[in-house]
Amino acid sequence: MRAIWKSWERAVVPLFILVAWEIVSRSGLLPAALLPPPTVVLHAWGDWVFGFDETSQGNSGRWLADALSSAMRVAAGYGIAAVSGILLGIAIGWWRWVERTVEPTIQMLRPVPPVSWIPLAIIWFGIADKPAIFLVFLGAFFPVLMNTIHGVKTADRNLIRAASMMGATEQQLLRHVVFPAALPSIFAGLRIGIGAAWMLTVTAEMVAVKSGLGYVLWDSYYFLRYDLVLASMASIGLLGYATDGLIKLLMSMALHWQHGSTLQSREG
Amino acid sequence: MASIELKNITKVFRDAKRKRDLLAIDDVSLSVEPNQFLCLLGSSGCGKSTLLNMIAGFEKPTGGSVTVGGKPVDGPGADRGMVFQQANLMPWLPVWENVAFHLRLKGWRKADRRAAAQEYIDMVGLRGFENHFPAELSGGMSQRVGIARALLLNPQVILMDEPFAALDAQTKMDMQEELVAIWQKQRCTIVFVTHSVDEALVLGTQVAVLTSRPGRVRELIDLDLPRPRDITSQQFNDHKRHILNLIREEGMQQRREAKAEVTAEASRQGAAA
Ligand SMILES: Nc1ncnc2c1ncn2[C@@H]1O[C@H](COP(=O)(O)OP(=O)(O)OP(=O)(O)O)[C@@H](O)[C@H]1O
Ligand SMILES: [Mg+2]
Repeated sequence: MRAIWKSWERAVVPLFILVAWEIVSRSGLLPAALLPPPTVVLHAWGDWVFGFDETSQGNSGRWLADALSSAMRVAAGYGIAAVSGILLGIAIGWWRWVERTVEPTIQMLRPVPPVSWIPLAIIWFGIADKPAIFLVFLGAFFPVLMNTIHGVKTADRNLIRAASMMGATEQQLLRHVVFPAALPSIFAGLRIGIGAAWMLTVTAEMVAVKSGLGYVLWDSYYFLRYDLVLASMASIGLLGYATDGLIKLLMSMALHWQHGSTLQSREG
Repeated sequence: MASIELKNITKVFRDAKRKRDLLAIDDVSLSVEPNQFLCLLGSSGCGKSTLLNMIAGFEKPTGGSVTVGGKPVDGPGADRGMVFQQANLMPWLPVWENVAFHLRLKGWRKADRRAAAQEYIDMVGLRGFENHFPAELSGGMSQRVGIARALLLNPQVILMDEPFAALDAQTKMDMQEELVAIWQKQRCTIVFVTHSVDEALVLGTQVAVLTSRPGRVRELIDLDLPRPRDITSQQFNDHKRHILNLIREEGMQQRREAKAEVTAEASRQGAAA
């Protein structure tokens, strides 16, 4: 009994929402066109993915291509943000002069919402992948950067002493002590960053790009296809969930040494 | 040639917040011959760690010079091993990687590092725990890893800052015995900081009794007690009584000075009023 509950635990809330939604939307409380029931959404989504009966019209069978173009933008922008955020974060956290020269500028840019860069991104990069990648980069960069800085600054000074007592050069300290010590914090930043990355790809696709899940979402809105709007939203949610899962997996592999020593490591 | 040479060391800490200078070490000269086991004994805050950190190269003396093996100390380095009060192991590395950390820095291949670490892991009695992570070790075991890590450097000098202070009495005794055995085998010079008279007398070939703030060497005592040390023997207790007397005098002296200062302050205020 317990085992059965355990395996269904995570499905309970989504199932409940789906059933309630189906009932509400079939009851006629709202016009069916404004809130299509899950079955209708699923039907349109199925056609979008597999292209069996043209319910989703021009989008029929094109889901994989749409999802891939969104995912590629996320991967590119997020990858650049992760690498540069980690490197710059370590430099800011470690060298005071880098902190003094770079930090004020960064702190001024940080509160500017990434979406407000859209006009400039479009005139600089045109309507294509680049403005979306740029936006994703902006969204993911700051969380990774801030968390890396925090991780470096809170690294145990005694570990650095111990390593320099074993003859470590500055470069070796950064690589063999500071980076691993900051890793838990860096991963926290990476996980916040991936959420921001999906949010900004979709935003960019709604205004500045002519493909991807965000584009389908906005396009379907113009054609009053709320079933496809909902299917896009669900697709984004699923892909976001999957990429976060991937990062969590990476994290548990990289931080396996924490097993048993933190609260988090109790998780199943 | 002496292994460690401290010449007229003074150390002043600038207290920027309170705009006051603190004289932590005042004119300490010590010369430690090779293969000696020197215990620095003193009360809390008397500057034992500061002195040790200057030999390690973490702190620079304000005046005087520190040489190890004839070379002036100008920073931390692998020619001296250091064992800290908290073991300070890299929590992301298993025991054997911690022990062999120095070889990792030197770019040795994994298999070679693993093989080299084993000798020292066996020496401190941790066989079977090679792949444990620091979070899975007890305090005494972590301390052993720290010692193995310092021994692997094969240094002429090992510095230890109250390494057993956090251990229970039984573990502490076992570790002291092991340390003496290792020291006899490795033939290195050890400087060992402690605030326990018993510990100093069980371990050392020499005990330097420090005064409290500013730290000076009150007396350097040579111990010629047979090993293993018998803490119930007449000689042991003679030494102990002598050291305790020094410490008591020191404490009385301090209280007198503090009282004199308070009285002087009061009379100054009285005069002002
Ligand atoms: N970095 C520092 N800055 C300012 N003052 C310091 C610093 N390090 C130590 N001191 C001062 O120097 C004195 C000696 O400190 P030290 O840590 O050497 O004492 P200790 O003998 O090791 O004491 P304990 O047995 O408690 O470890 C203390 O009064 C302390 O306040
Ligand atoms: Mg100390």
